[in-house]
Amino acid sequence: MEKKKYKSKKLSERISLVMVYAFLIIISLIWLIPFLVLIILSFRGEQVGISADYLFPKHWSFGNYIKLFTKTKFLRWYGNTMLVSVVVTIIQTVIVLMTSYALSRLRFKLRKPLMNLMLILGMFPGFLSMTAVYFVLKELNLTQNLFGLILVFTASSAMQYYICKGFFDTIPKSLDEAARIDGASRHTVFLKIILPLAKPIIIYTILTAFIAPWGEFMFSSFMLKGDDDKFTVAVGMKSWLDNSTLMAEGYFTVFCAAAVVVSIPITALFIWLQRYYVEGITGGSVKG
Amino acid sequence: MDLEYLKMSPLEKFAFNFKSFFKNLPKKTAAFFKAIPKKLYKLWLAFAGIFVNIGAAAKEGDWKTRLSFGVMGFGLIARKQYLRGIIYLAFEILFILYMVFFGWKYLVKMGSLGEVAVKTVVDPMTGIEKTYYYDNSLLILLYSLLTLFIMTAFVYMWYQNVKGNLLSQQFVEAHMPLPTTKDDFRSYANENYHKSLLSLPLLGLTVFTILPIFFMIFIAFTNYDKFHQPPAQLFHWSGFDNFVTVLGGGISSDSKVFAYTFGEVLLWTIVWAVFATFTNYILGMIVAIMINKKGVKCKKLWRTVLVITIAVPQFVSLMFMSQLLSDQGLVNNLLLKWGWINKAIPFLTDGNLARATIIIVNIWIGIPYSMLICTGILMNIPEDLYESARIDGAGPVRAYMKITLPYMLHVTTPYLITQFIGNLNNFNVIFLLTGGNPPLEMDGNVTTAGQTDLLITWLYKLTVTENKYGLASVIGIFTFVIVAVLSLILYNRSKSVKNEEEFM
Repeated sequence: MEKKKYKSKKLSERISLVMVYAFLIIISLIWLIPFLVLIILSFRGEQVGISADYLFPKHWSFGNYIKLFTKTKFLRWYGNTMLVSVVVTIIQTVIVLMTSYALSRLRFKLRKPLMNLMLILGMFPGFLSMTAVYFVLKELNLTQNLFGLILVFTASSAMQYYICKGFFDTIPKSLDEAARIDGASRHTVFLKIILPLAKPIIIYTILTAFIAPWGEFMFSSFMLKGDDDKFTVAVGMKSWLDNSTLMAEGYFTVFCAAAVVVSIPITALFIWLQRYYVEGITGGSVKG
Repeated sequence: MDLEYLKMSPLEKFAFNFKSFFKNLPKKTAAFFKAIPKKLYKLWLAFAGIFVNIGAAAKEGDWKTRLSFGVMGFGLIARKQYLRGIIYLAFEILFILYMVFFGWKYLVKMGSLGEVAVKTVVDPMTGIEKTYYYDNSLLILLYSLLTLFIMTAFVYMWYQNVKGNLLSQQFVEAHMPLPTTKDDFRSYANENYHKSLLSLPLLGLTVFTILPIFFMIFIAFTNYDKFHQPPAQLFHWSGFDNFVTVLGGGISSDSKVFAYTFGEVLLWTIVWAVFATFTNYILGMIVAIMINKKGVKCKKLWRTVLVITIAVPQFVSLMFMSQLLSDQGLVNNLLLKWGWINKAIPFLTDGNLARATIIIVNIWIGIPYSMLICTGILMNIPEDLYESARIDGAGPVRAYMKITLPYMLHVTTPYLITQFIGNLNNFNVIFLLTGGNPPLEMDGNVTTAGQTDLLITWLYKLTVTENKYGLASVIGIFTFVIVAVLSLILYNRSKSVKNEEEFM
């Protein structure tokens, strides 16, 4: 009797495990299939518009990739985005680290009001201020200019202090105090003690800052409108989709090829640094 | 009470928070408004303090200190604190130069926003028409705001100067050594380190976020639109006209259409934010639970499969999806070919279906994120909670509803709130999937919005394609108010046991 019950429990557990596996496999397929479709389409050799009713290409070829690099401005856009990304990453990381350290470790009169202010500013729809920013940059002759775009992306970086500050808060204060007693200045404490301990959050900040310009669309399209030499990949690729003549010429498959090219380095970077991303997203954004 | 609260299980804590939020809502609102006079009084005290300090400096100051009321930093230079003194003096000189050559001429026009926009003059010698541009309302507003900001900064600096001069005088009178320039530098790595760290970030924030927000709030009170576009035309102050139009009180039939559009877009924005936030959250949690389940092998592999999809830039997946699901897209074509359907399914072109599609695609995009968040926290739930639930005869669904969900909600409230706010302003998903389409109509009148437009994408359209800047600003302000009120309520809930003084 006893034994039978034990066995049946085992069986039900096994069934539930099988169901879980089935669920996971289905989920994984749902998540991966669109990307597989994207890759397959990018190898389609024949020029049919978007109206094709089959998935697998009749001729497999690298034609789309060759066209992408020789006949379109994609390479230029890629370079633009890379430039913006790298510069934004450097500036933004520095600003976020400085702000977070100040708000986490230093005590000054306006600390609380400042944090509240940034919270409130974050609630304004970002686009609302776009027109004003646009005219400021126009006066400085920085519209349709990648430097202007970098300025827009980095100027308000301070508002992204939240996750990084959360991480700094978890570093024990006694470390600072010990160093201060030994005569280190605040500045030394920041550079020599806090920063080396903050490696995970620094990598997280770098990763998010680097990825953002690749996907940002609203500001970039508004800022760069009209000059396709200055486009970022997001703006450029969207301009293909909006152009019905290009789409009729089979640019959809070129779009797919471009999408693959854009995704590869970021995916590689992401898989490499995944651990830090997970640490950052769970450590900083959640508090009991 | 605090001690009792700490003794509760996570489940009870959550129930307690939830109940106390609704129970205390009227009391807290009342307390908030009651606190306003006290806050105003505090503000008044702070102001009074400033005047007391200035008065003291005027009364007790020697001639050096008094002279620095006019010539900033004079007393400091006279007392050999050269660096500080020169900084104050340079600031004053620059400020005066700025006001005389630049700021003043814009500030005086702020009331009218300009009189003459363009003048066409025929050159009597050559007979050629020449156009001269005079007042540009936009620049007048922008620069007069900038000037006001700079004036505020100047007043602050002037006050610091007065205080600093008096202080250095008192130091000298007490025969105490004055801090040298070297000490000043050192202090910026120590007690004044926050100033060194924060000045650059805050400068960027002021110029590129705070100033523009003020600018757009002012624009909401003007008639800036297609027909009043600088530099060819001027725009003027129009009071609350734009607000009245948005709320449907305007005289023209346009206003009614606009108010209707606003209502529809607002409703969908809120429905969208609620659905997008909670579907992602709950489904992401379920996926995380599945992966975390005891006995499931290759946990890392499953997680990586989902995480890869985060790495593919969102705009790529969104644009690709919009192509796949369009009326002539691959999905429809395949289904037609296989004979599963007779005519294309309007995934993105039928109002309600498009809304459903957007939410589903958003689930596809968002689950990996919420899965990641949940995985970490799920591991922290004490196993014995489940054990005792099992002994009490609770099935997995019951255990989920009574243990997992309340615990997760309790711990991840801040995350949920930021997600919710992010979704209220989620531009990419809507804009790249449907562009806000299909168009929204009211009794045959075409409106400026689409059926899937959120406030933020509608704002984009009003600005970029319709050039209705004034109205767009009003929508922006309303969006802010809605987001602010919602997050105040939500944040309040997550802090509900804390001191009431911290309500704001």
